[in-house]
Amino acid sequence: MLPSAQRRWLEVSGLVGNPSSLHDSGRRARRIVEEARESIAADLHTRPSAVIFTSGGTEADNLAVKGLFWAGAANGRSGVIASAVEHHAVLDPVTWLNEHESAKVSWAPVDSVGRVDLDAIQRELATGLVAVCTVMWANNEVGTVQPVAELAQMCREHGVPFHTDAVQALGQLRMDLQALGATAVTISGHKIGGPFGVGALLLEPDVKPVPVLHGGGQEREVRSGTLDAPGIASFAVAVREAVTQQEQHAARMRELRNALVERVLAAVPSAHLNGDPDLSGDGRLPANAHFSFDGCEGDALLLLLDAAGIDCSTGSACTAGIPEPSHVLLAMGAQAQASRGSLRFSLGRDSTQADVDRLLAALPGAVERATRAGSPRSRA
Amino acid sequence: MRVLAAMSGGVDSSVAVARMVDAGHDVTGVHLALSKSASVPGSRGCCTLDDARDARRVADRLDIPFYVWDLSEQFAHDVMQDFLDEYQQGNTPNPCLRCNERIKFLALLDRALALGFDAVATGHYARIVDGRHGKELHRAVDADKDQSYVLGVLEGWQLEHSLFPLGDDVKEQVRAEAEQRGLLTARKPDSHDICFIPDGDTAAFLRDRLGEQPGEIVDVTSGAVLAAHDGAFGFTIGQRRGLDLRVPAADGRPRYVVDIDVAARRVFVGPPALLDVDQIVGIRPTWTAEPLTDIPTDCSAQVRAHGAPVTARAHLSDGQLVVELQESIRGLATGQAVVLYDGSRVLGSATVAHTRRVVRS
Repeated sequence: MLPSAQRRWLEVSGLVGNPSSLHDSGRRARRIVEEARESIAADLHTRPSAVIFTSGGTEADNLAVKGLFWAGAANGRSGVIASAVEHHAVLDPVTWLNEHESAKVSWAPVDSVGRVDLDAIQRELATGLVAVCTVMWANNEVGTVQPVAELAQMCREHGVPFHTDAVQALGQLRMDLQALGATAVTISGHKIGGPFGVGALLLEPDVKPVPVLHGGGQEREVRSGTLDAPGIASFAVAVREAVTQQEQHAARMRELRNALVERVLAAVPSAHLNGDPDLSGDGRLPANAHFSFDGCEGDALLLLLDAAGIDCSTGSACTAGIPEPSHVLLAMGAQAQASRGSLRFSLGRDSTQADVDRLLAALPGAVERATRAGSPRSRA
Repeated sequence: MRVLAAMSGGVDSSVAVARMVDAGHDVTGVHLALSKSASVPGSRGCCTLDDARDARRVADRLDIPFYVWDLSEQFAHDVMQDFLDEYQQGNTPNPCLRCNERIKFLALLDRALALGFDAVATGHYARIVDGRHGKELHRAVDADKDQSYVLGVLEGWQLEHSLFPLGDDVKEQVRAEAEQRGLLTARKPDSHDICFIPDGDTAAFLRDRLGEQPGEIVDVTSGAVLAAHDGAFGFTIGQRRGLDLRVPAADGRPRYVVDIDVAARRVFVGPPALLDVDQIVGIRPTWTAEPLTDIPTDCSAQVRAHGAPVTARAHLSDGQLVVELQESIRGLATGQAVVLYDGSRVLGSATVAHTRRVVRS
């Protein structure tokens, strides 16, 4: 957590008061929440009334996807458009709507770098039956940035609410929500050095999704529940830093990431970069590097790199902790086996050239080992 | 040593890994996900969600790295499919033995060695002793828990890279130690059933997967058809219960399954004397050290996980293991393993292919 966000959390957590209460301490808590709301709105170029605080990205995604679907379904629209590479916080609600609410889901295909097919979405929008269209701003696994401005425009033309999960994008990409014109945008605290368990849905003020959480009617009666004043205040500090330092942060990450990619590709013959290959353009998150290693077991590689003090990720795991083949890579056309031999290296504020050196010292040997471990004798 | 500890989430493997850490080894814990349907509520055995969590919490407590490895495809192929195939052929396989042979001490061990580990440690009750024959596999001190039978398929190279930290102790001590160490698995019940048949109903499991294959239950002495069955695979040599014979035997005594003809879908029942065998022919023999030769060697033979060993002489003949038993064994099915011992030391193992009856029908 950012020291400034941490300080703010401690400050506010010392105060008593429920922002929903009408007495003096309640009013003080409410003032803190409203100042945070205004601060976030100003940073992201939207109106304070657009900010709906939630318990994080997953809840904001669920509210947008289910809530907008239900609102549309009440008006005879039963379709959902979602990209095939969405985060599970979108993917699973959409699947759930299909299985339990008879939503007609159109999974928008992606190309080999993971970018959505705009024509396919255009065709689907033209049916007039779509309740909500959701495409993430940038992919959490391979870092591919989606054409969200075009998507928002297309959806507006068809009168379809557009939601985008911007959890990965915040702090790495420039974010002007007024210029974007999306109906709903998800952001989350912990990805930008804010607290865990706080996020927001930035929802156009005149839009009314059906609530997922019913109760006290907080947050425009869209999201009930007592507001977490310390978390929200701290979140606002993190958003401020993310936005004001975005340009400089992105430049530093891009430089470091490009060195990492270049050196990994040179040092490991079996490595392929996944996602957008244009490392200088705006099509890829600047801090993302994602590789496949031919014939290599990702979880074996993870173990070896973990032992060398390098954190990386093979994608998602089920509840029991079993790594699953990435739906993102599968949607991009990879085989299940190749998708298991893939790793993401994310850079962050604290990453340095020395970290890249350490990775390069460990990686070639680890890949070689993990490749040998990937051909078990029992298959013979 | 760099040790990879297989952590099932049970009390035994928990204590085994704790001892490895205490011994100063560089230990990494791995839970093997053997079933994709791991989250089925109420299932027991070695592949449930609770077990994965328990294993992870023990690893947290011991402050060692922990991973879940998905070996479900190998397990489905090498253990579950093998189990079905064997039953389909009228044999009675031992899936725990097969899992040790193909998964824990082959797929896992291979992977561990390739990743730079020196050994795999498990919570099995057996001892590996440095002796005249190199790394020797011996019975555990706790005769009730001894698992040398299901480890009898291990060969020298596997024993060299295996560690069984519990072999010198009895189960009560291990439980007490788990309690003392504050491991949350201390009071978990022992698992007895086949892990992929959590309700213990093997016949139903086989029927669901192999389909109904109706046939007859026949009196081996008279040739009379006594009843119908819906799959010969639901029967095991030596079985007495659940035959549901409507016609009592001529001598009024209980009858047992004495023979199964899978091709004809006929299950033969008869008096228990027909179950007594005094010679076993085993195929696919494996040896912990030197193989036997064509010269008969004194040994003892065990045919069940917790069966009593029987004095025997064994030799190899055309690559098959021939075991002459000093006293007869009752109710031995093909597909079971015969494991040979020299005292407490395991010599080797083979799969029972034929038996010779003491009394001919």
